[in-house]
Amino acid sequence: MKNAIISVKNLDAGFDDTLILEDVSVDIYPNEITVILGGSGCGKTTLVKNIVRLSDPVSGSVEIFGKDTTEMDEDEFDEIISRVGMLFQNSALLNSLSVYDNISIPLEQHTDLPHHLRTRIIQKKLKLVHLSEAIFKLPSELSGGMRKRAALARAMALDPDILFCDEPSAGLDPLTSAALDELILNLKKQLNMTIIVVTHELASIHRIADRIIFLDKGKALFCGTLEEAKKTSIPEVQNFFKVGTF
Amino acid sequence: MRFEANTLFLSGEITRHTVSGFLTQLERVRPGQLKAIDLAEVEFIDSAGVAFLDELRWRYRSDAPRLVNIGDDISDAIETFSDSAEPISGYPKQENFIVKIGSFLTKMADTFVEGLYLFADIAFWTVHDIFSKKGQRRGSVIQQSLLIGVDAVGIIALLSLVLGLIIALQSAAQLRQFGVGIFIADLISISMVREMGPMMTAIILAGRSGSSIASEIASMKISEEIDALKMMAINPVRFVVVPKMHAITICMPLLVTMSILIGIVGGLLIAVTYLNLSVTSFYNQAINALILKDIVVGLGKSVVFAWVIVAVGSYYGFQVKGGAEDVGKATTQSVVASIFYIILLDAIFSLIFYFG
Repeated sequence: MKNAIISVKNLDAGFDDTLILEDVSVDIYPNEITVILGGSGCGKTTLVKNIVRLSDPVSGSVEIFGKDTTEMDEDEFDEIISRVGMLFQNSALLNSLSVYDNISIPLEQHTDLPHHLRTRIIQKKLKLVHLSEAIFKLPSELSGGMRKRAALARAMALDPDILFCDEPSAGLDPLTSAALDELILNLKKQLNMTIIVVTHELASIHRIADRIIFLDKGKALFCGTLEEAKKTSIPEVQNFFKVGTF
Repeated sequence: MRFEANTLFLSGEITRHTVSGFLTQLERVRPGQLKAIDLAEVEFIDSAGVAFLDELRWRYRSDAPRLVNIGDDISDAIETFSDSAEPISGYPKQENFIVKIGSFLTKMADTFVEGLYLFADIAFWTVHDIFSKKGQRRGSVIQQSLLIGVDAVGIIALLSLVLGLIIALQSAAQLRQFGVGIFIADLISISMVREMGPMMTAIILAGRSGSSIASEIASMKISEEIDALKMMAINPVRFVVVPKMHAITICMPLLVTMSILIGIVGGLLIAVTYLNLSVTSFYNQAINALILKDIVVGLGKSVVFAWVIVAVGSYYGFQVKGGAEDVGKATTQSVVASIFYIILLDAIFSLIFYFG
């Protein structure tokens, strides 16, 4: 068994006085695509946000690359998080900047690469997501699918070891969604990335998932491979694969 | 609708248009009298109609009437919309007054602490980034200077001229009565340099740039752009706020200087046209009236006002958690708070320098 690249232990998380995740313990393994599943409001995005410290857990611990990040100071955590990319549900591109500038930001901030080399890297990332023609466009000039791909290019700017994708197919037509899945599979294969995808789409899950984490009412009901998930006796998981979508 | 032999016979359509009338007619039926509701002649029922049936069964719940002769379509509609749950009596009871005061004070304390952390962060990175260019976006300070400073030149110049004209015009008539019209130069120059120039420029910038800063950051917050920056291990304060802080620190004294000069020109126009003073005598009188301390105090406090505008705008921007409505609220709150703090600080500065 491989060592987990991310290990969440006994995580309680929420906001204000509402607990959304209760005693969640899950492991994510390297070079795999792990899909986080569950109904609306079950805590999928909360789990991801707590792993990457966009929210602070109430209790429990999160280890990334074998280091407990919950007690780390900001400088230490910045080192960890600069090896992690994230594709947000609504892309979260900086609207005032072009696609080029959006991808350039992490390179400017975290490397000493000269301008022409940065430009080459940006071109390569955009080629990878089939968006070379939109390099100097503003996010407002792009379609939903193009924005997602531009955001993916930005998330990959520093060749992260881990990539989080929060509902990458949300709001996309089936063809664009399938193309995005293909892209995620390629990233895993070509760049050996560990990819964590939050999604509801059954078709997408069948295409990309190596491992499944199933959340329900704030608890992790199932963690295992896709094949195990299909055979499990847990009714909620069975129901999901029967019904197809929430 | 008719009521016979303890049975209510409903007919036609039971919809939102008819149920109110049915309820009024049923007020005469006492509990125990209604044993069954016959739906044989009902042609159509909507959600309001099903709610009406639920209400009847709830109202006479000690001896709930049976639904009889239900057609297939009507049965489907009842199955879809019917709910045996007890109707809720409205919003939950509000907390009592003491709890509300406690919550308010706790929230105020949290706000104060959060504000302190943010201001400390802004202050640290503002000073840090003067000496270290690494990690800064090239051209961001110039871009912000254009937005905050250059774009505000027109409105500040116009209002300063009008302000100078008004102050001079209001005082000229009084001064002329005593034959001391020349003192209009003292009045205009001192008031513009010490108070009106810095204060008016700050208030215009609070309305213009403060609101823009708050709404920009708030929009970035709700569209997850701030989270995206954090995910790239980029400090959002450093990336978004610090260039604005540097830009406003450079622009504010320049804008205030322009405002003062144009305000004085406004006064000069009145002095020349209304009081028949010469330009030279006005100039000499104004120069003699001013001391270096006036200029230093005026420009010094304008820089403090500028920092308040950016810090307050950023604070309200970062506080936003909800949606578009909260962006509007944050913008309004930031402008109101900035103007309040500017006037408060001005009063404090006036007290300090009056005695100092």
